[in-house]
Amino acid sequence: MIPELGHFALALAVAMAFAQGVIGIFAPGLRDARTMRAAPALAISQFLAIGASFLALIWSGVVSDFTVKNVADFSSSRVPLLYRISGTWGNHDGSMLLWCFILSLCGGTVAAFGGGLPASLRARVLGVLGLISGGFLLFTLTVSDPFVRLWPPPLQGAGVNPILQDPGLAFHPPVLYTGYVGFSVAFAFAIAALIEGRVDAAWGRWVRPWALLSWCFLTAGISLGSWWSYYTLGWGGYWFWDPVENAALLPWITGTALLHCATVVEKREALKAWTVLLAIATFSLSLSGTFLVRSGILNSVHSFAAAPNQGLFILGLLVITIGGSLLLFAVRAPALAANGIYAPLSRESALVLNNVFLCAIAAVVFTGTMYPPFVDLLFGIQLSVGAPFFNQTVLPLAAPIILAMAVGPLLPWKRAALGPALAQLWLAFGVALLVFLVVAANRHIIAALGLMGGTWVVLSALTDIAQRVRLFRVSPRSSGARFMLLPRAALGATLGHIGFGVTVLGIAGMTLATQQVIVLKPGQSTQLGGYTWTLDGVHSAPGPNYTQRVADITLSEHGHNFLTLHPSRRFFAAQGVVTNDAAIHTNGFQDLYAVFADEPKSGGAELRLSRHPLAPEIWFGGLIMAFGGAVSLSDRRLRVGAPARKKPAGAVA
Amino acid sequence: MRAPKKRRLILLLVCGLCLSAATGLTLAAFSSSLTYFLSPREVLLKNPAPGVSFRLGGIVQVGSVNTVITDRMPTTTFRLTDGQASIPVTYTGLLPDLFREGQGIVAIGAMTPTGGFAAQEVLAKHGSTYMPKDVEQALQKAGKWNPKYGPPPPADTWNTMQVKGSNS
Repeated sequence: MIPELGHFALALAVAMAFAQGVIGIFAPGLRDARTMRAAPALAISQFLAIGASFLALIWSGVVSDFTVKNVADFSSSRVPLLYRISGTWGNHDGSMLLWCFILSLCGGTVAAFGGGLPASLRARVLGVLGLISGGFLLFTLTVSDPFVRLWPPPLQGAGVNPILQDPGLAFHPPVLYTGYVGFSVAFAFAIAALIEGRVDAAWGRWVRPWALLSWCFLTAGISLGSWWSYYTLGWGGYWFWDPVENAALLPWITGTALLHCATVVEKREALKAWTVLLAIATFSLSLSGTFLVRSGILNSVHSFAAAPNQGLFILGLLVITIGGSLLLFAVRAPALAANGIYAPLSRESALVLNNVFLCAIAAVVFTGTMYPPFVDLLFGIQLSVGAPFFNQTVLPLAAPIILAMAVGPLLPWKRAALGPALAQLWLAFGVALLVFLVVAANRHIIAALGLMGGTWVVLSALTDIAQRVRLFRVSPRSSGARFMLLPRAALGATLGHIGFGVTVLGIAGMTLATQQVIVLKPGQSTQLGGYTWTLDGVHSAPGPNYTQRVADITLSEHGHNFLTLHPSRRFFAAQGVVTNDAAIHTNGFQDLYAVFADEPKSGGAELRLSRHPLAPEIWFGGLIMAFGGAVSLSDRRLRVGAPARKKPAGAVA
Repeated sequence: MRAPKKRRLILLLVCGLCLSAATGLTLAAFSSSLTYFLSPREVLLKNPAPGVSFRLGGIVQVGSVNTVITDRMPTTTFRLTDGQASIPVTYTGLLPDLFREGQGIVAIGAMTPTGGFAAQEVLAKHGSTYMPKDVEQALQKAGKWNPKYGPPPPADTWNTMQVKGSNS
């Protein structure tokens, strides 16, 4: 009964989404205030309907209702509750529903808190969101229905893929999807602005918090996914340039560019058309990234096996959404005239430079990701573009950004001089150079360059804060008071830069990682990274829905035992699958990492042991970036609704 | 007005410079780091030069896996087949969890002068029931399996299987 209700609610949501789309887009043209008010009401009811539908699917998973095919195929009553819930979105059909749910959540939020927006703009934004939602809901309902029934039901479900039975992965998709889908609001605002033919500072004030919010989630989602692959897959790698990783990275790059240039629209009313284009591009990349990968057009670890008609439907939706919006942009963009004037050397120009380089990186990553499927499609040649390609192209383009991102925030708007800005940074530069020389002396040039860049970015951002609070020039108490009074947006931006620098430090540190693959018998030991690693023995241990073999490895330094690691091999009888559970010990600045890969017939254990300097900083930096975004969001000026209160609602309509 | 014109010129210059840098980097990286995917049969046909890196995809031939531990390092030898031909592969290091006989895998490495394949990396990232897309295509090209007609036949039967219209 519950799945039928969920199915019905889904069908209801499709109807409401299309109604919301048509009313939202055409009502403002009719200048009928009452019809326009229907759009927010529809958006909220659509959210409630999809929410009910999504809850129904989760409920079916929680109670293990195997008459629902989705639950029978991807869940089991033997897995813990958390994974019965997360199993709901661990497959194609369920993840589509999650995607639509988050989209309707965004629409509902705009409807509920958008009271301060001009009525026509709100209606149009909701209209665009409604049409996108309608398209994908229709897809979910017709070709990717998660509520298909199965009769007779099997006694037991096929279970959740053991590799997905992990708390990190339970939260990774919802967070990442929120990031992807959140950009739909910026996109809808861009389309609405193109229809209305006006972009102003108030528009910028609305788009920026939404872009910022989605960017925070995307940053957190990517970090979470990278961290998961680091500790679960047992390879000790954190980024593989896999198509799906690139699919998440692309909107992150253009979203970062969008954040930066939305500031220019808000503060200086310049770069309008460019900002609109970036908003369109970011959401288009989110869409195509998610769905090209999910539908199996791009070959990836993450692709769900999907039927060919699903791929065509998705491709049609993508062509309509992306092509339509770009066409609209081409027709209407010339109407968006810029007002602000600025000198070649100014904060505006620095932000333009940031945008140019970010977009160049995005273009290179896009080329590398899309080239293999196109060559396969056109010439039938199978080739792959791997990590070396991306390292060779992205790193040289990232270097100027790293160099400039320290200076940019110190430049004033309109017209700037480089001298005073650089004068503030001599200390940061000196320390960074020292770091380079010390590391380069040990012949690690790449690591030295990376560590220098990271140090440069972090220290110059700290210098910026120190200057603002007049540290050491006034009493510490007075500095503290100044710190509390700093505009949150500026503080958030600085934190974002610090976070990026910390991630750069982590990535650079990882190039110094040392690793060893070795077969040890109990009692034998090996030297790695300045420690002695001894295998004490291997024993069996029980688990909730698996059995495991655990290796005990003792680490000692100068004859003093300081740590025992317990990597294990887990046997999931239900799926006949073995997974490795890596043992990781971190002290915040380095990880000691052990994987128990196999038990050879001759006894002992096949181990992969490694020492990863600065590895935790990669995700710690991501966390700081997301936190910086949150701080910036808490700025009074950006608080949703706050800026519009001064204006009477509906004045423009 | 002069200022906007000058600004536009500088902007265009920066964009052009950046674009050409990106294009140059892309082309340079393409020429040095693109790797081709070949199936065992294609390896025999095209005979890639020893030392040139490529991806070899196929199914681990049943009964061919042998691991020897020398100097505390595991070295595994196995044969990779697409049902038409098979290539001996040597790999020193840890194999992924999903590596087993009859499983579709991709090995990255190069041919040795003796006609074997020295793998630097072995990937078996996909689920146990899911076949890598490139392996699936290699099987289809070899005429061993058409996904339209159900799941693939057991991997150990391929080398001896009769194929209509195939004379290899």
